[in-house]
Amino acid sequence: MAHRIASSVAIAAVAFCAVRAEAADDSVVLGAAVSLTGKYAVNGKNTKDGYDLAVERINEMGGVQIARKTYKLSIVYYDDESTPARGAQLAERLISQDGVKFMLGAYGSGLTKAMAPITEKYKVPHVEANAAARELFTQGYRYLFAVLSTSDYYLRDALGIAVEIAKSHGRDPATFRIAMAFENDPFSLDIRAGVLEDAGRYGMRVVVDDKLPPEINDMSATLTKVKALRPDVLLVSGHEKGATLVVRQTAEMKVDVPLVATTQCDSAQIAENMPQKAEGVLCAAQWDRHLSYRDKWFGTAEEYAQRFERKFKYPTPYQAAESTAAVLVYADAFERAGSLDPEKVRDAIAATDLNTIFGPIKFDATGKNVAKQMVMYQVQKGAYRVVAPARWAESPIEWPRKPQW
Amino acid sequence: MENLRLLLDEPLLSLQLLLDGVLIGFVFALPALGMALVWGVMGLINVVQGELVMLGGYVAFFLFRAGVHPLFGVPAAALCLFVLGWALYRAVVFRIVERDLFISILATFGLSILLQQLANLLFGANLRTVESGFGTLSLCGGAISVYTVKLISCALALATAGALMLFLKSSRRGQAIRASAQNARAARVIGVDIDRVYAWTFALNAAVCGAAGALVAMIWVVHPYLGLPYTIRSFMIVIAAGLGNMAGVLIAALGVGVAENFAGFVLGAEYQSAFVFALLVAFLVARSRWLARHRRYLA
Repeated sequence: MAHRIASSVAIAAVAFCAVRAEAADDSVVLGAAVSLTGKYAVNGKNTKDGYDLAVERINEMGGVQIARKTYKLSIVYYDDESTPARGAQLAERLISQDGVKFMLGAYGSGLTKAMAPITEKYKVPHVEANAAARELFTQGYRYLFAVLSTSDYYLRDALGIAVEIAKSHGRDPATFRIAMAFENDPFSLDIRAGVLEDAGRYGMRVVVDDKLPPEINDMSATLTKVKALRPDVLLVSGHEKGATLVVRQTAEMKVDVPLVATTQCDSAQIAENMPQKAEGVLCAAQWDRHLSYRDKWFGTAEEYAQRFERKFKYPTPYQAAESTAAVLVYADAFERAGSLDPEKVRDAIAATDLNTIFGPIKFDATGKNVAKQMVMYQVQKGAYRVVAPARWAESPIEWPRKPQW
Repeated sequence: MENLRLLLDEPLLSLQLLLDGVLIGFVFALPALGMALVWGVMGLINVVQGELVMLGGYVAFFLFRAGVHPLFGVPAAALCLFVLGWALYRAVVFRIVERDLFISILATFGLSILLQQLANLLFGANLRTVESGFGTLSLCGGAISVYTVKLISCALALATAGALMLFLKSSRRGQAIRASAQNARAARVIGVDIDRVYAWTFALNAAVCGAAGALVAMIWVVHPYLGLPYTIRSFMIVIAAGLGNMAGVLIAALGVGVAENFAGFVLGAEYQSAFVFALLVAFLVARSRWLARHRRYLA
């Protein structure tokens, strides 16, 4: 009996220590709910890997200096199962049960939208790297900050490219016709809003405007329409599935559109898996390893990518780089705040002016990063080449797309 | 409306949509046939159908990655899933056969979540595709294109369905299955090992789903969460066709394929599924009216 009591006391003690250890004196705990299962599991893992790499690197360099004391960083994770309701629950749990005072973002706008009101309620800073929906920054949230470009910017550059092409070929941009298919989720609908805004400005006509249901597995009906209408531009966004399907099915159905642009093709690995079918496809991305960004933690973007690949053994997606940047924002803000008081840290974050491997970071009053630009790749000979913005371009754009099928 | 006008202006488009719809309909038919079989014989609504399709897709993908020609993926997936189906029956399903319908739905639903999450853990949530390397046939000067794999998969689906029906019609085991479907108790009385029949039925269903999964991997994409639409579609097809009507299942599946394609074209992708479900409701209402009138006529 005594033995049993002793052992249960020991177990209780261990459990107690496990909880308390997270708030140990020399460490700062960040909290995050990420999608380890469910439909965002791929990007959720990218997010977590990005966070982990940043924490590992910061700790390796000695941690963060806050008021002449050195702290190590650590992160408490939960799996939000890719569902917003679960994400909101977990945010509540992280803050009120686990005592987390600094939140990192989940993957995706839907989840972040569910979690932001909670971090707002508890006045906990919430630096996120993977939710780009514009509406997150029109709610007057004070504690939410995003290191990435908002999603309405994802495919605006594709139209910008189309306009330049039209001008250089002596055509009026207003004669360009656009076909688009966007997933019915906050992220993609925001991209659509951005595209519609710019299309209106350039006077381009939208001839196909389909909204893909999240469970879509087949785009052939939409693409049949595209094939019949012969638009000049085809824009698609539907996470990895949208990118894979549009590449695969335009090739199989021989839908020849001169300019095809999509999102998330690097995480869908379209150039790796289907180099021929993907030839000439434009991809919007938040980041690229070839950009000349650098910071004091990782060196250049390329060095960051190499470090990432050594550790995680897969090509570095931008989702990981932006997630790393979110942790770097905290590290920088802690040091400038010189305190672990959430309110002071929040003010330090708001005043961030930081160069990272992900690009410059500077928040506007609504909390979004206004210092960084999107990049556009094109799949050329089976590799992603940066073609826009012109300042970073590795090679000129190939137009019209020369299909290899 | 513009889409409709486009469709009327270019009759070849309708032909393209029809062709695509029929071809994908054959792929939908396979899990639906399996569902009809399990439902008819075991009285079980198998919600795990879509996950069996998904696992078949993964078998095909891993074989493809190992360098096996994608066409061999179809029989290989069927074989692997047959074994898995047998194991699932022995582990779980035998406990819920002949129980309340609600319990069987709940249990297989649980099983489907389990398989989804296991697939996610083991294979990752990445999208997988099998590149068949087959080209595209262009007809009518390029106005109509048919992806060769769809043709092949249609042939394979027909062959699988044919083999299944032949098996049920003429083999001893098939006769036992049909006997159990007609009257389980009577079959037991005349010495049919019902438990074995059920195991065979469930395993056969899994095999058919596995074959469908391999086709899905060649035509579209495979990921751990693709199951639900296939389960729902199968359910719908079986409901529309009526139980025990294999030819009806095939026709209903083709109908669903065609309806989805036309709805996607005319109404846009967002109303694709909604339209097909609305069609099902309309169909069921019409049929029950028709049946009611018949009943009155008979009385």
